[in-house]
Amino acid sequence: MRWISEHSRTTLLIGLALAGLLQLISGNLDVYYLNIGLMAAIHVALAVSLNLVNGYTGQFSLGHAGFMAVGAYTAASLTTILPEALPAIAGLKGFSLQLWFVFSTLVGGGAAALCGFLVGMPSLRLRGDYLAIVTLGFGEIIRVFIQSSDTLGGARGLSGLPPLTSPFTCVSLAVISIYICGNLVKSTYGLGYLATRDDEIAAESVGVNTTRCKVNAFVVGAFIAGMAGSLYGHLLQYINPSQFGFLKSIEIVVLVILGGMGSTLGVSIAAVVMTFGLEQMRNLNEWRMVIYALLIIVFMIVRPQGVMGTLGVERSRTKSKRKAA
Amino acid sequence: MSHLLELKDCTIQFGGLVAVDAVNFHLESNDLLGLIGPNGAGKTTIFNLITGIYQPSSGSILLEGKDLKGVACSSIAARGIARTFQNIRLFKSLSVADNIRVAARLHTHHGFLHALGRGSSFRKEEEEVREQIMDLLGLFNLQDFADDSAGSLPYGSQRRLEILRALATKPKVLLLDEPAAGMNPTEKEELMELIQQIRDQFDLSVLLVEHDMKVVMGVCKRVVVIEYGKKIAEGAPTDVQRDPKVLEAYLGTTHEVVEAGDA
Ligand SMILES: Nc1ncnc2c1ncn2[C@@H]1O[C@H](COP(=O)(O)OP(=O)(O)O)[C@@H](O)[C@H]1O
Ligand SMILES: [Mg+2]
Repeated sequence: MRWISEHSRTTLLIGLALAGLLQLISGNLDVYYLNIGLMAAIHVALAVSLNLVNGYTGQFSLGHAGFMAVGAYTAASLTTILPEALPAIAGLKGFSLQLWFVFSTLVGGGAAALCGFLVGMPSLRLRGDYLAIVTLGFGEIIRVFIQSSDTLGGARGLSGLPPLTSPFTCVSLAVISIYICGNLVKSTYGLGYLATRDDEIAAESVGVNTTRCKVNAFVVGAFIAGMAGSLYGHLLQYINPSQFGFLKSIEIVVLVILGGMGSTLGVSIAAVVMTFGLEQMRNLNEWRMVIYALLIIVFMIVRPQGVMGTLGVERSRTKSKRKAA
Repeated sequence: MSHLLELKDCTIQFGGLVAVDAVNFHLESNDLLGLIGPNGAGKTTIFNLITGIYQPSSGSILLEGKDLKGVACSSIAARGIARTFQNIRLFKSLSVADNIRVAARLHTHHGFLHALGRGSSFRKEEEEVREQIMDLLGLFNLQDFADDSAGSLPYGSQRRLEILRALATKPKVLLLDEPAAGMNPTEKEELMELIQQIRDQFDLSVLLVEHDMKVVMGVCKRVVVIEYGKKIAEGAPTDVQRDPKVLEAYLGTTHEVVEAGDA
């Protein structure tokens, strides 16, 4: 059957092999385009993980940049701030430094996941709309907290992050995110997410613990966003709180909507195209955002379901028809 | 010996309206009980109480002697109560097979990490689930529609799919809320046979809400009649039909409505 053969581990290994290949040939590539490509891969991870929450599970989170920030600052604490106090870590080189970076990134993801759990647990019990407000608030709280923390560099930001984000780590994160999010919803276990989105009452009636599904998806989404935040920071080598504001969250939401809610492939394509597109428009200066907005509007009129999605339209239609049992 | 399912003085109020008023009845294993009454009598509300969507304002609901008070809907399903809905509630964006797979999930052992690891025991279980689904679909001759979107099925088939979805949770008690609504006479005949077949094959008890008296009479050994949230009669279908209180409830203005159903 379709759901058995698709998304096998072989696909994952091929993806990781390609990431390795890119790493090997990266020395011969144009640095400018390579960096855009890496940013695109990070955006793929962000969009795909948000899609797990907003697309597959039918919630509406507006705090993805907040989780990025938690991941970025936590990892940066381990790679940039901590070595000042601990010479043993400052002395790390080569492969062991890379390992330390992977560890820091995982810790960053873990911290974001923990925040996701703390934010999601109370708010996901309530109706979907509350999540939007709570996550919006969460993102702002994180931003303000960082701004007022001297250790984290305050509003000036934190510079001097070691350039540890490699083509391999970026593409691997994108591939693993696609594998996790795309694969999960094909399994009988992950089908609970889709059922929760379609009809919570019906899902509960067949034994799906919808709150657990929602929290689960939310925590996984936050974990990936946190790791993406770490790679983002160590790619730019400089982070400041305003990079992770409300607008960044919106940017990721836009990728999910453009790609098509509930299509991992669609949002991945949207993430790549938009990252390169926005970069190409950089010389248009202030017109860039105007054109960006216009393109989104036109696209949504022409294709409201997104690049690949079938859901957007159908969902709003069934939602209005929904009644109590 | 406790009953399989028992409602004790079960009451629920919505503001000033007492939708279900001190209702008592019980189900034994392998039972077939009809729940009838005019429109708005409180039948669907009783289903919502049993499945935990609402909590009784007073009184209690016991499954195998255990109080269901405060138990989450999903846990009630796990304990063995499954239902269909008066307004069909399928997972519209999922395929016919996946609608059932969501319910079969209740009895699978593999969770989040297994789904990512995709080890051999995980894949074996997924394969078993698929076979289960095909067996269930075969029951109602829906195998050929397995990969179609659930929303694209004709109305009668959607109702049948909802029953299959409920069966996939392997329930002890199956609550059917007007399963014959919108079906033609042949489909109703088939449905009556199927309800009995399901009961025997899966060894479960059925609580049936249905407006079509022919279906109720043909299927149920006992019926409970409620009106304005109160139980007004209980007994064999033929006896209940002669009960003056029942006649009064069903005659006059409500008569037409009852026959037509409120779908
Ligand atoms: N959530 C609710 N809030 C307020 N009133 C309700 C609610 N659910 C049901 N009712 C009322 O309870 C009564 C019984 O409804 P219902 O159980 O749907 O009747 P039926 O026997 O036709 O299935 C109706 O008067 C209905 O309006
Ligand atoms: Mg009803």
